[in-house]
Amino acid sequence: MSKGLGKVIKQSFKLPSDLLLECGKTLKNIELTYETYGELNADASNAILICHALSGNHHAAGYYEDENERPGWWDALIGPNKAIDTDKFFVVCPNNIGGCHGSTGPSSINPETKKFYGPDFPVITVKDWVNSQALLADHLNVKCWHAAIGGSLGGMQALEWCRLFPDRILKASVIAAAPKLSAQNIAFNEVARQAIITDPDFQEGHYLDTEKSPKRGLRLARMVGHITYLSDEAMRDKFGRELKEGKLNFGFDVEFEVESYLRYQGDVFSESFDANTYLLMTKLLDYYDPAEKYHGNLVKAFETIKAKIMVISFSSDWRFSPERSKEIVNALLAAEKDTTYLEIESSHGHDSFLFAEDRYVNALSAFLEN
Amino acid sequence: MKTLEIINNWIAKDSKVLDLGCGKGEILLDLIASKNIKAVGVEIDDSKINECISNGINVIEQNIDEGLANFIDKSFDVVIMSQTIQVLRDPKKALKEITRIGNECIVTIPNFGHWRARLILLLKGKMPVTGPLPDSWFNTPNIHLCTLEDFELLCSDVSIQITEKVSFDSKGNSNIFTRTLPNFFGASAIYKISN
Repeated sequence: MSKGLGKVIKQSFKLPSDLLLECGKTLKNIELTYETYGELNADASNAILICHALSGNHHAAGYYEDENERPGWWDALIGPNKAIDTDKFFVVCPNNIGGCHGSTGPSSINPETKKFYGPDFPVITVKDWVNSQALLADHLNVKCWHAAIGGSLGGMQALEWCRLFPDRILKASVIAAAPKLSAQNIAFNEVARQAIITDPDFQEGHYLDTEKSPKRGLRLARMVGHITYLSDEAMRDKFGRELKEGKLNFGFDVEFEVESYLRYQGDVFSESFDANTYLLMTKLLDYYDPAEKYHGNLVKAFETIKAKIMVISFSSDWRFSPERSKEIVNALLAAEKDTTYLEIESSHGHDSFLFAEDRYVNALSAFLEN
Repeated sequence: MKTLEIINNWIAKDSKVLDLGCGKGEILLDLIASKNIKAVGVEIDDSKINECISNGINVIEQNIDEGLANFIDKSFDVVIMSQTIQVLRDPKKALKEITRIGNECIVTIPNFGHWRARLILLLKGKMPVTGPLPDSWFNTPNIHLCTLEDFELLCSDVSIQITEKVSFDSKGNSNIFTRTLPNFFGASAIYKISN
């Protein structure tokens, strides 16, 4: 394992203009929190945009204070001599608008009302994100990304970059993504939203003005989500039917290891994530459908693309299965775009995109560096 | 003339080319350099796919045996299938599919009717192991070997036209012998076909 990035710092950028959102509303005084790793070269041709997924943020790699702290969420892939090599590339990862880790979102103060946005934060879309990321690119003097890369919802942003700014991006890697959500995907999101909304502490989204917040709902939402990120095989390998105390207690406390794991994940998440942001992000996922404006014709939706696109799926991913990636690939092929597709054998389910599996790392670095 | 040169001669500048079983992308790389083609490769082997990516070749990981339905009718000027048809589960279906996808197709095959193969079978009574067919019967990927005669019969069976044909000796050269009696002196052959 190569050494990591070491210490990183987060930065902040105030967008120079208001952003007219796809929903018709205008968002003012927008701030984006972001991190960068590596150096931008003289002709600004080595910049890579990292797009985060549903619950991700700007902290993609390295650590802030202490090397024992948990590193950024994609530290396995980003760093010197890693798949996304920071010795060669200038890597940029913003926290998207609507997030809850520094960028303007539901837990920010609305400049007009001087109160928290809360549930009144406008519903944003992948397109809005890409537009805000373009303003960040201007600020960093990046006229054209060498590549945009993202997994899951991040993959959708990378794809959207190719569609919306064909002259500002050369390559994209669309990983463990789908061209739109299936009814089953939306159903899981709806269960998560209902868990939050029906928590009495949610208070119609105005919980930030009170002492309470819908932690129970958020915890439940995360637990459901987490099940869909793992595969049956990964869960079996990790937990099996192992009992925490080695015996059945004939009660409803934690008995199986998997219960303990889910409760822990839910607890951690409910302490660090904002419920309104979670609602927003799931909605944004549900809405994503680039073909919608073209009567469902994805090939037409891809017509503007000029970038080379590498689509990657994972065998055990059932949230966005390889079949869903192939929908993207086949439409790109039909639109006569430069397309590469890999289906990587992995047992980690949807979460596979976070792990530095050899074949995945080799393909990514070969694609970025050829 | 070697296979690569012939393929090169048969392909027009700026063509759209699909190479099924493209390996490391050698043929496509050659054609990109000399004919400025728009290239797509299909491959199933991990390490070869990675070589394609390193070479900047568009490559799709796909098992041809599971079908080619994702490729649209006549969406490529040329479909190449080099030394691949004999490893497929259903060569007849594959032939129909590639002629559906490409305006023209270029197919290369090893010839089981080569005199050396015939001789080994006749004299030793064993499955031939030769230069172009180096594997034993139990570990060969070539599950549907045929002679040039067989291949041509199959083509006419499914109304596929053979517009060009060159056969080579085991060193990859075309000579007076391979031209006169291709099914006997040819170790392999290259065909241009269409439906």
